Amino acid sequence: MKFARPDQLSDALSLLADGDWDIISGGTDFYPAIHDRPVTQSVLDISAVSQLRDIAETDGFWRIGALVTWSDIIAANLPPAFDALKLSAREIGSVQIQNRATLAGNICNASPAADGVPPLLVLDAVVELTSVRGTRDVPLAEFIQGNRVTVLEHDELLTGLRVPQHSSLGASSFLKLGARKYLVISIAMVAARLACDDAGRISDAAVSVGACSAVAQRLPALEATLIGQAMSAELADVPTVEHFAGLSPITDVRASAGYRREAAMTLTCRVLTKIAQGSRQ
Amino acid sequence: MKLSFTVNAKQVEASAPPVERLSDVLRQELGLFGTKVGCNAGDCGACTILMDGEPVCSCLVAAAQADGCDLVTVEGLTDNETLSRLQESFLHFGAAQCGICTPGMLMSAKALLDRKPNPSLDEVESALGGVLCRCTGYRKIIDAVLHAADFDGEDIAPQAGSNVGSSIRHLDGRPKVTGDLSYAADAVPEDALALRIVRSPHHHAGFTLGDKESYIARHDGVVAVFDAGDIPGRNCFGVIPKFADQPVFAENVARYKGEAIAAVVGEPNAIRYLDDAAFPVTWEVLDAVLLVDEALQPDAPCLHEGRPGNVMVRGRVEHGDAAAAIEASAHRVSVSTSTPFIEHAYIEPEAGYAYRDGDRVVVHGCTQAPVMDRDSVAEIMALDSSAVRVIPSACGGGFGAKLDISFQPYIALAAWKLNRAVTVAYSRGESMMATTKRHPSAIELSVGCDADGKITGFDFDGVFNTGAYASWGPTVADRVPIHASGPYFIPNYRATSAAIHTHTSPAGAFRGFGVPQAAIAQECAFDDLADKAGIDRLQFRLMNALDNGMRTSTGQVFEKGVGIKACLEALGPAWSAATKRSREFNAKSNGSSLRRGHGIASCWYGCGNTSLPNPSTIRMGITSDGKVFLHQGAMDIGQGSNTVISQIAADAFGVPVHSIELIGCDTDLTPDCGKTSASRQTFVTGSAAKLAGTELRKMVLRKSNAGEDAVISLGEGVLTLHDGTSTVQVDLAALDCNQHGYVFMAEETYNPPTSPLDENGQGIPYAVFGYGAQIVELTVDTGLGTVKIDRITTAHDVGRAINPLLVEGQIEGGAAQGIGLALMEDFHPGRTENLHDYLIPTIGDVPEFENIIIEVEDAEGPYGAKGLGEHVLIPTAPAILNSIRNATGAVVRDLPATPDKVMAALKLNDRGQYND
Repeated sequence: MKFARPDQLSDALSLLADGDWDIISGGTDFYPAIHDRPVTQSVLDISAVSQLRDIAETDGFWRIGALVTWSDIIAANLPPAFDALKLSAREIGSVQIQNRATLAGNICNASPAADGVPPLLVLDAVVELTSVRGTRDVPLAEFIQGNRVTVLEHDELLTGLRVPQHSSLGASSFLKLGARKYLVISIAMVAARLACDDAGRISDAAVSVGACSAVAQRLPALEATLIGQAMSAELADVPTVEHFAGLSPITDVRASAGYRREAAMTLTCRVLTKIAQGSRQ
Repeated sequence: MKLSFTVNAKQVEASAPPVERLSDVLRQELGLFGTKVGCNAGDCGACTILMDGEPVCSCLVAAAQADGCDLVTVEGLTDNETLSRLQESFLHFGAAQCGICTPGMLMSAKALLDRKPNPSLDEVESALGGVLCRCTGYRKIIDAVLHAADFDGEDIAPQAGSNVGSSIRHLDGRPKVTGDLSYAADAVPEDALALRIVRSPHHHAGFTLGDKESYIARHDGVVAVFDAGDIPGRNCFGVIPKFADQPVFAENVARYKGEAIAAVVGEPNAIRYLDDAAFPVTWEVLDAVLLVDEALQPDAPCLHEGRPGNVMVRGRVEHGDAAAAIEASAHRVSVSTSTPFIEHAYIEPEAGYAYRDGDRVVVHGCTQAPVMDRDSVAEIMALDSSAVRVIPSACGGGFGAKLDISFQPYIALAAWKLNRAVTVAYSRGESMMATTKRHPSAIELSVGCDADGKITGFDFDGVFNTGAYASWGPTVADRVPIHASGPYFIPNYRATSAAIHTHTSPAGAFRGFGVPQAAIAQECAFDDLADKAGIDRLQFRLMNALDNGMRTSTGQVFEKGVGIKACLEALGPAWSAATKRSREFNAKSNGSSLRRGHGIASCWYGCGNTSLPNPSTIRMGITSDGKVFLHQGAMDIGQGSNTVISQIAADAFGVPVHSIELIGCDTDLTPDCGKTSASRQTFVTGSAAKLAGTELRKMVLRKSNAGEDAVISLGEGVLTLHDGTSTVQVDLAALDCNQHGYVFMAEETYNPPTSPLDENGQGIPYAVFGYGAQIVELTVDTGLGTVKIDRITTAHDVGRAINPLLVEGQIEGGAAQGIGLALMEDFHPGRTENLHDYLIPTIGDVPEFENIIIEVEDAEGPYGAKGLGEHVLIPTAPAILNSIRNATGAVVRDLPATPDKVMAALKLNDRGQYND
């Protein structure tokens, strides 16, 4: 077992190219997974690579570095399109978790119930994967392949997320449903982002649902139907059962599959209403 | 690796593996045991510290990541022995009960208060949302934080005669807020060997152990492996001797997932790195029955010889002809209810250490029953009881599961055989898989009433999954039929119970011994019946309530002390207000998915063992230098027996409570006060304390010929008595000491008067019952089926509130567990053995309380006091279900009422919106 804590990205990438590592930063997924047992695997701690800590607006993108925590997101000055992301940040675990856990870790952990994924999907987030071989950009929707499965190669590090400027327009919101107030794994969650044209008609719509399929999903049929609608309370009437047909919820200790499917629709209607109400103020 | 950081403003160097959890570095390397470990997964927040000013779970921080950081732990809150305002506020409001979550709460609160000295309620809840508390119900903690900024209160100091009834702080509270108190996993001897229990990964499996010697030889640092063959005495234990059936180590077959088959002992690091898969054992997986219905099938595997059909025991109470009375009733209802396994989820997993002291073995650790532990260990070790000493650590929550032995025999055996100190600490997962649970229940109940709403007949059948071993299953089977009536007069009554074995964790004691499950059926049925009879739900309960002079379900008649009517009457104004609030909310909520409702439920609960002796003995003595010592063996698990028993003893003897020196639980130092269960300590041990204090007073008065009303004051070697006109001094230094070192000593025993029940369950099961009722107000989101509790109003008859602050602490903590039972808790063996899949209420799930303390004096209890600890959980869950139905018409009878089940019930409800 080895341990390394480089402070330069290049060193981290060299190490990754040259061995089998578990990557940690906040540790909020790593330690729970080993239960009470000691660490026996090699660990690459990237938390000292300070160049990955930035949130910045550049070159037509918002870029969120791999070390940005949920608390950093809550504190950051970001456009309203990121409100969904900020709302999800407040519902991830607890303050203790938000202070340590990173967006990048949430994505790489690839849990179906990852609270950060639906809001990032409505921002059309692209993940930046870096290795000694170079950098490739992969849309988030393609990065996560299944329950705990991603396309991250063993020598790659998720170094950041990029949100295209055109996707950081409009207003957004997020709702999470759990069986208790804090520290709860989602039964279902919904994020949405709506942008309007000058006439107050929806020109861009993005809606995603988490914890109702192996990977959180966008709802393209619903999004298409929303385009051209007026930004009003009537938006809550737009979603239909068919819009949610692509979900594949499971029954587990938290809820039944049928309930999840219905809750997804209810939450979606409410999220759309919240955005419409917010935009009128 | 070498680490260097600031801890509590001191520069500290440490050496640890870089990926060691920071919590372990703080505790094991730096000896800062104030930081607690409850789950090692970020689920409980007990390990919260400040890292560069921000709260983090130290169990999730790699040691290397703390290098160069500024850390603050709970030990850093105290400045030169002076408590911070926040700590004082915690003590004042009773925000620390068992105290195991307190460091995490304090550190989370400090992070908030450093930024915002006068936070809002919402800000406090959000800041503390990451720390679980199982004792307090959170509201006292919120009060403490809200008032911390300018807190400058001091403890009250009652005088002789007014100790009882005073809301003094917990006498043992201070080390809970400083982090100095040693819990089970703290302060283990440095040279102790570690022990790891090898457990069955299967619900039911035969097994063969392989070659232990070669396993030991192949593993550096492993010293010994123990199994059933190493037990010197009886490889069998159980809390009820007649039913004892549980092996320390399973022999040939494991009957539940998590059952111990062997234990490996060695150097701590060797034990930490053991690979369970390398242990030499061969398994043969067998068919398992996990549910009662499966266990009752004719071809089901039988768990225990002599218990055919997997029926461990049945219980029955009957008088009159229930079936006929119901048949002839004007109104009849039938309900079916079910509840799942419920986990105690104390934040402190089981832990302890043992060592050999000559021909004796000494066991330290967390427990609710030190004397039972001692006797069990002695039997297992083939030792005389006098050769075993149990010294309880502070206990980070119990709620029933720490009544049974768990870790004790393993470390006692290893320490004895190896002549070394040996320690064990259960992981969260081990704690949840291996120890007892609340019994899952399935209840069928029919009740009838006449046209005026008077109950005519009551017919109850309860079936309980008692798991693989007996534990407290017989007690549940006994208590349920006695209590199933609730605190009501029922002329024709039949109640039966059955405890059925399955291949699951043993179901044992959990706050209420089956009565909370029974009350769900009874109180929900009463709502249905009140509706059918067209009577207000509170009124229906009042008109059927027990009273002095009426027979209980077992034919017992109390001449005084029946307090349920007083509780229900006291709730009248709150009921009217709740009714009004529900109506107004729903009238205004046109088009909204939110519906508000309110509900009520009652409880009664017999204090002490059912028809069995359960004496407590208290010793008090005065030393020649003028100090009064109280030997108080009633284990304080956070509920406050150290404080309450002292208050009683102080008034009986006639001195201020703060002048008494407390000697806490230790089987060598404190006489047997029985177990902390059955809501018996205030009543039974309190009665013994009253007798001991009274006797000690008599001895002193006799010696000095002072009058009965003389005021006692103690000075250096002198005891002074003033009786109005004269003053007498007793020169204590001139008196002879007895073998305990006392010049005056009283030792008194109290055993509650009960009688055995006959074949129909008729008799005197308990000397004292306590009573109560609770109103719940809540809002249901009919779009999602989620439930938000808005307010709980309680009225509990405690006979006499020895300490009203502690009474409130019990009420709010019990109600919080009732909320969990009603809305979220659901343990599945093998699936939810952690605190993120098994949900208990967080700080955001428990509402504000209004507590009305009722004092209907009891004939038997000390100063009229009755027990309280279990009562408080019983009404909450049924009151919640009754509120959900009141709000929406949705009838949920299979718990927990999770959002999906509430939603399904909303759809089934074809009666439309319902509200009175």
